[in-house]
Amino acid sequence: MTLDRRSLLTGAAATAAAAIAVKTGGAEAAVKTAPADAVGLMYDTTLCIGCKTCVVACREANNKKPDTSNSNGLWDAPLDLNGQTKTIIKLYKDSDSPERSYFKTQCMHCVDPACVGACMIGALQKREKGIVTYKQEYCSGCRYCQVACPFEIPKFEWESKAPLMVKCELCNHRLAEGKLPGCVEVCPRHAVIYGTREALLAEAKKRIADHPGRYRGYKDGDPPRVFGETDGGGTQCLVLSHVPYEKLGLPALDETSQANATRSIQHGIYKGFIAPIALYAVLGAVVFRNKRAQDNDGGAA
Amino acid sequence: MSAVLHRPAPLGGPVVTKGARVLVVLAALGVAAMVTRFAVGLGGATALNDGYPWGLWIAFDVVTGTALGCGGYAVALLVYVLNKGEFHPAVRPALLTGALGYSLAAVSILLDVGRPWLLHRVPLYVSHWNTSSALFEVALCVMTYVAVLWIEVSPSFLDSWRKGPAGLKRTLGESFLPVVEKALPFVIALGLLLPTMHQSSLGTLMLLSGKKLHALWSTPLLPLLFLISSLAMGYAVVIFESTLSSVAFKRPREGKMLAALGKVVVPFLWAWAGIRLVDVVLRGKLAFFAKPDGYVLLFLVEIALIVVPAVMLASPERRADAGALFRAAILMILAGTLYRIDTFIVAFRPGAQYAYFPSLAEILATVGIVAIEILAYVWFVKRFPILTGAAPAHAAAASQVR
Amino acid sequence: MYLDGTSGLEPLHVDDEGQNRRDFVKVALLAGAAVGLPAALSAQIAEAAVKGVKPSVIWLHFQECTGCTESLLRTSHPDVAELILDLISLDYHETLFAAAGHQAEDALKKAMKEHEGKYVLVVEGAIPQKENGIYCQIGGRTAVDILNDVAGKAGAIIAIGSCASWGGIPSADPNPTGATGAPMILKGKTVVTIPGCPANPYNFLGTVLQFATLGTLPALDEKGRPKFAYGRTIHEHCPRRAHFDAGRFVQKFGDEGHRQGWCLYKTGCKGPATHANCSVQHFGEVPDAWPIGVGHPCFGCTEQALAFRKPLHDTVDIERPTPPDTYAPLHAPMGKVAPVATGVAGLIGGALLGAGWAASKKLGTTEEASKEPRKEA
Repeated sequence: MTLDRRSLLTGAAATAAAAIAVKTGGAEAAVKTAPADAVGLMYDTTLCIGCKTCVVACREANNKKPDTSNSNGLWDAPLDLNGQTKTIIKLYKDSDSPERSYFKTQCMHCVDPACVGACMIGALQKREKGIVTYKQEYCSGCRYCQVACPFEIPKFEWESKAPLMVKCELCNHRLAEGKLPGCVEVCPRHAVIYGTREALLAEAKKRIADHPGRYRGYKDGDPPRVFGETDGGGTQCLVLSHVPYEKLGLPALDETSQANATRSIQHGIYKGFIAPIALYAVLGAVVFRNKRAQDNDGGAA
Repeated sequence: MSAVLHRPAPLGGPVVTKGARVLVVLAALGVAAMVTRFAVGLGGATALNDGYPWGLWIAFDVVTGTALGCGGYAVALLVYVLNKGEFHPAVRPALLTGALGYSLAAVSILLDVGRPWLLHRVPLYVSHWNTSSALFEVALCVMTYVAVLWIEVSPSFLDSWRKGPAGLKRTLGESFLPVVEKALPFVIALGLLLPTMHQSSLGTLMLLSGKKLHALWSTPLLPLLFLISSLAMGYAVVIFESTLSSVAFKRPREGKMLAALGKVVVPFLWAWAGIRLVDVVLRGKLAFFAKPDGYVLLFLVEIALIVVPAVMLASPERRADAGALFRAAILMILAGTLYRIDTFIVAFRPGAQYAYFPSLAEILATVGIVAIEILAYVWFVKRFPILTGAAPAHAAAASQVR
Repeated sequence: MYLDGTSGLEPLHVDDEGQNRRDFVKVALLAGAAVGLPAALSAQIAEAAVKGVKPSVIWLHFQECTGCTESLLRTSHPDVAELILDLISLDYHETLFAAAGHQAEDALKKAMKEHEGKYVLVVEGAIPQKENGIYCQIGGRTAVDILNDVAGKAGAIIAIGSCASWGGIPSADPNPTGATGAPMILKGKTVVTIPGCPANPYNFLGTVLQFATLGTLPALDEKGRPKFAYGRTIHEHCPRRAHFDAGRFVQKFGDEGHRQGWCLYKTGCKGPATHANCSVQHFGEVPDAWPIGVGHPCFGCTEQALAFRKPLHDTVDIERPTPPDTYAPLHAPMGKVAPVATGVAGLIGGALLGAGWAASKKLGTTEEASKEPRKEA
């Protein structure tokens, strides 16, 4: 028992070191901002007529088969985004009032995405122009991105035996050819437009300023604002709506991203791996000494 | 130290017993479920969906299973860091349980991920490592820790092999045992570091889901709570297992040591419950209790499951009472299991439109994995020196071996 | 605006030849427009017709009902006289010929010799192959022989109707004569197929006119069908499509939906899998002269896989499904709970709890219990 106190103390010291690292690390983890050339979409519910051309165009652009599973093969009628559907037009209908709105769902291309923070070896990563892209060769199908995403965007090919994640990648293959994203190209009313995040944000704010009373905030009664400017640390795809965002099923998010919160803990503890190595050194020394003492006492290994 | 009195020895006796036959049937059903999963894919075999991408296999088999495998970690902490040699007899069986539990958790991961044949890329693609990913850290730690655990257990069989008939096994035993014994302190230290890292990171995992996790569970302290509870569960499992094995194998009960363990675990329980409560208060989430719903009830049940054994174990009489100690251990295991399942499934709310309850295949695979674990455990303790103080019938053989 | 004859444009009153040319232009434009050819091409057709460069056409009949010829005769723009006299030179056609017997056969030989390598061979009807093709003989020669002979010297080969395209009705099960289509006999040769029962004459005319003027054939799909006519499904241009998208279906013939002109899919319409332009190019310029137009489901006559094979009132898979008129809700329910699984889970949970409690009770009383209550790890 002679060593007890000392080993306890060293153990405590290592824990304290780790704790300090957490604290300082927390302060260090910088809030991520959108890259200068960040691009995105802006969807305006006041312009959308619900024609679903974008849904069809998205399929063609991304080589995805129509989803007829809900309609006995008759229609391409997915009920939500899924393993073969990267965008969909949903309908919000109020039961008590004539209030209704279409809502185009697709990846929001977060400024600091939770899915990217989740992904073990970067199958999902922000690549050119801040687009959250997927590289299947790094994906083992763990689905942590699905757990993490606040918008429920990444979908899994559940029926496949070699399943991949499926999500909007802003048609980056088309952008590379100088074309617009499929949905943007076909939209007959420019309800969804493509551009740099900066330009889109300016346009969205201009629309709000030009049309007092047309747009809304997050909740009923909130002043009008652009969804995605700051939500969840900001998104590269923005939404303007004539019904409160809450009613469109958009989540209430903090202004800092959840990825940032988690990163500060992970980086805090593991920055440069100093704390674990220090802890290991201490543990190694203590165990070595204690074990030798115990073995000399005649104990079994 | 009095460790000299406790020498592990193989229990001997038949492996195929009535109980084992039942377990073999359960294991076979489990294997059938696993085959189904690969034959029809995850969508067909499981009840998982895009809202609940993680289900029973992650929440129970992996997250709870590894915490239940923390006995070795928890006891090693006592024996090797705090130098409490009296707990030495608990080390080997606990490490064996850990090795089996972690290995089968790894099997569950292979079942659960969509493309397990790409998992090796996680450790190998160094330049792609996402060090901010808690799951990445868990994956790396668990992979390493499985190896560490087996190295820690290996002296038991290497030693037996060394003393056995000439052959490959004997050569293996003779050549590796000295190496392992030399390296053991550093492996043990690694065996202490790794669970500290990944058991806390298992908590960090769900932190990333943000507001999808109910506010009573979602806290920056999740890593700490998971670490503390894994230790509590580790001690509980050691008590549970030692008690059961003493009954099942008719060994003398290690009553004194288990009572001492019962005392050790109490502060962990109080810390676990206390931190949770204080955290809820400090984060200003008391409002939930004004309008109690299912989640509040669940939270209270979790706290009760922690507090009740804490109170039970506060009394030395109850700690000395085998039945009470065993009940407390069950409650602690339940507490940890419920806390983990709640955090990963029940309190995880991707949206009211999503529903999840494990499918038959998921349940059968999980039961099968537990059955395989018990079978392997029984086989190990009957063939190799894991447990101390064998029943009188085997005492002679035991002393001969050691 | 050619009122005064000084505009440099053609004068209003012209001689016979001019009048002739004007008519040609009109006919050619109408024919061209009817089959969807570009206006410039129609002018070229007229040009060619005026110069007297009319394609020689040899028309062979085998196992068939002459329905394709009949429907061709019923076109009004151009009408059959214009067609035969002005646009093409129909040198051999068993139905329209005044000649018969050896006289007719001589005409065939003469046309083949005069226009060798240039004439257009049109095949109507299936070709029987069983028993060396004895089931269809003309002038002592089997259909297979005639076809091989005439096709060998043709500039272009067109199989009109489903029979000539793949066998059609004569090839329906059990196909006693071993009937098959022209492309199957003339392997290695380009055979334009104009399937349909009957074939829509405009698809035939468009093909012939393009060959006559430009010497080329239209772009074909993998079954030899001109893409301008068979590139899309009936479903894609169906006048009843809105009813399909809205989910308004005729449930049975004569019901309210049928009277309202709703979608015929559920009564076995093959439109979603049938490549043809009937929905936009009605027969003989008579509005709604096509199956769906008169309230009958499309029976897939242009598709070998459907016509005379798939039962008339069986439904088909939608080839290219598109979104319906409905919308997904914001939160569509997902995932379900299997009662069996909950039951099993309950049993296991109960068994574990019971076993654990029983074990602990036993411990409480006797330290040396003998049974093995282990159930959990």
